Amino acid sequence: MSEVVKVFGGTALSEKDISSGKIFLTKDSLDCAYAWDTGVAINRYLAELKKGNIIATRCRKCKRIVLPPRLFCELCFIPVNDWVYVHDSGVINTFSICHVHWDASRVKAGEDPHLPAVIEIDGASPGMGIMHLLGEVKPAKIKIGMKVKAVWRPEAERTGSITDIKYFKPI
Amino acid sequence: MGILQRITRNIDNRYWDPGLIGFPVKNSYTAGVAGQRFFEEIKENGRIFGSKCAGCDLTYVPARIYCERCLSGLEEKDWVDVGDEGTVYAYTEVHQTKSGEAKEKPSLIAAVKIADGLLIHRLGDCLPEAVHIGMPVKAEFKPKNERQGGIEDIKYFKPF
Amino acid sequence: MRKVAIVGAGMTKFVRRALETPKELSFQATKTTLDSCGLTLDDVDCVAHGTAPDAFDGLHQNGEYMVDGCGGWNKPTMRVYVGGGTGIHAIAHGWHHVASGLFDTCLVVCEEKMSSAMPHAQAFFLTIFDSITERALEPNLLWIFALEMNRYMERYGYSKEDMALVAVNNKLNGLKHPASQFTDQVTVEDVVNSEMMAYPVSRLDVSPVSDGAAAVLLASERVARRLTDKPVWIEGVGWSLDTAYWATRDLYYPRYTDTAARMAYEMAGIREPAKQINIAEPYDPFDYKALHHMEGLQLSPRGKTVELLRDGHFDRDGNLPMCPSGGLLGVGNPIAAAGTMKVCELFWQLRGEADERQVPGNPQLGVAQSWGDLMQVSSVVVVGI
Ligand SMILES: [Zn+2]
Ligand SMILES: [Zn+2]
Repeated sequence: MSEVVKVFGGTALSEKDISSGKIFLTKDSLDCAYAWDTGVAINRYLAELKKGNIIATRCRKCKRIVLPPRLFCELCFIPVNDWVYVHDSGVINTFSICHVHWDASRVKAGEDPHLPAVIEIDGASPGMGIMHLLGEVKPAKIKIGMKVKAVWRPEAERTGSITDIKYFKPI
Repeated sequence: MGILQRITRNIDNRYWDPGLIGFPVKNSYTAGVAGQRFFEEIKENGRIFGSKCAGCDLTYVPARIYCERCLSGLEEKDWVDVGDEGTVYAYTEVHQTKSGEAKEKPSLIAAVKIADGLLIHRLGDCLPEAVHIGMPVKAEFKPKNERQGGIEDIKYFKPF
Repeated sequence: MRKVAIVGAGMTKFVRRALETPKELSFQATKTTLDSCGLTLDDVDCVAHGTAPDAFDGLHQNGEYMVDGCGGWNKPTMRVYVGGGTGIHAIAHGWHHVASGLFDTCLVVCEEKMSSAMPHAQAFFLTIFDSITERALEPNLLWIFALEMNRYMERYGYSKEDMALVAVNNKLNGLKHPASQFTDQVTVEDVVNSEMMAYPVSRLDVSPVSDGAAAVLLASERVARRLTDKPVWIEGVGWSLDTAYWATRDLYYPRYTDTAARMAYEMAGIREPAKQINIAEPYDPFDYKALHHMEGLQLSPRGKTVELLRDGHFDRDGNLPMCPSGGLLGVGNPIAAAGTMKVCELFWQLRGEADERQVPGNPQLGVAQSWGDLMQVSSVVVVGI
């Protein structure tokens, strides 16, 4: 009873179909704003960032020191309430040189590309990385395994945000 | 603070404001195969079309390319001009804007029954105290040169 | 658990911008599927449907919106939702409905219409990152792919040319797919020299933004045997979600794919997947991802995948053809529908109905995998004839 499918729906529209106004489009913008409760663990993480510290949590069972800090260990599934300061330095686990902004518009010629990286933070358990940015480095010089250190905003400018660290720079 | 402790005063709870001014993303929707044709008829000819599934004896308004009951495709031959008149199936009087502020003047929104379909639209030329379920209404189209091929090509429905 | 078969499949063309609404795309794929096995909606007991982020279609509760196009009117209908993993997650979901004995037939329908999102679907991915600890950095989706690709290449010494070869092969396969969005062949040079978006990701390393839908019909053994003499059996399903703290696990190896694949293989009684599987459809939104997933699927030894690729092992006439459909790189990537498209492909391949794309030698066993969320989820299905 089965037969080989030969029918494929879907009507492709061209740029011209759109620009000529032949195809009707309804446009909409969400215009929504959000404010998120920081939660208990991240609240403390941000408060410490404001003071120029990176704080992590340690699970009493698996002994992992994790970042970002959390109120429960997702492996042992028990509450965590043991806070430890870690260093503001680390190692580049991986990085990118990104020429595209978040909305897919392009970084213009002459502008610096974004330099996101996963940085394994010294003092936390091996492999505990956070996503952040690199700075004060030529993109071509960046290497996986490079040691880096946080460059903090001046204390007066800090707001209790992950961006209180401007970026990490090679040391 | 441990997992069993609670914030009891709202003021103690910190929140994070993303800093990015809003989230400037937009949507641009096609009307679809049926919608394109449906709005072309409204824009060019001021006519409202439905599509009829003969098997289920149902006439969908706005017209669709398939019957949701039996999943038959509804084609050209199944399109029917359902006229520009309907009846108020249900209505509401709206006193607030979508962000919750008081409107200067309340507006009337109705589900207008045409054939077996319901069109959600505004009621116009109509006093709130006069509206009732079952009231016959008629589409008031925008002048042809102002129509753009969208639901707003109908200004509102009005009693007649 | 009862045996479950795929008895019909269908899909729309994958296109950059479709005139059809999400409902209409769903209808077209669903209707083609029902017609392919000579059934009507009356024969369908339930619907398992999927669509990935609502934000693309711009319709919150998109699953509810598209339900009538999926044949779900007045039927028990359930949606699953795991980003790019949705297309095969939905198959596992539908499999449960029939394997449990609750239903004899289940329509699985997945759809995505990404063109509604303006200025570009990518912008909507800002909201998948942690709202407090990551979003402030204004990340985009390319970042995590670029970070993972860089880590993967560095770990094994793979080059950009190596990765580009996947894009070339898949796009070549895709040219033979009647639903493909592409008409042009590309070379390794084209890929490597295409616009650098986020090192090491160039534009042609990436699958495109697409609109489309795909569907299959699942049936219990009793019904399947009545409908067709070539049912394609679901031998195993597996799925897994890793932690959302994605920066805290080493990205070079997809642990979530490993876990999901082992679950599916165990159910299917497969001991040596690399020897037993005849066709693989790993998820390939980016070229490196196909290889990354082949390793996670235990179909290629870690670090040796490029060697096998260069030896033609994964070609259509190789030992283990990879993405004979063309994959996301070669057909298109309407997120949820792309995963289901891979299952449609295995259905056609195992029945010998894949026309020009047909893998030679009467393949008996295939695996398809989809992936998504924050480098986090894999869904795997093993099918056999
Ligand atoms: Zn633990
Ligand atoms: Zn019908």
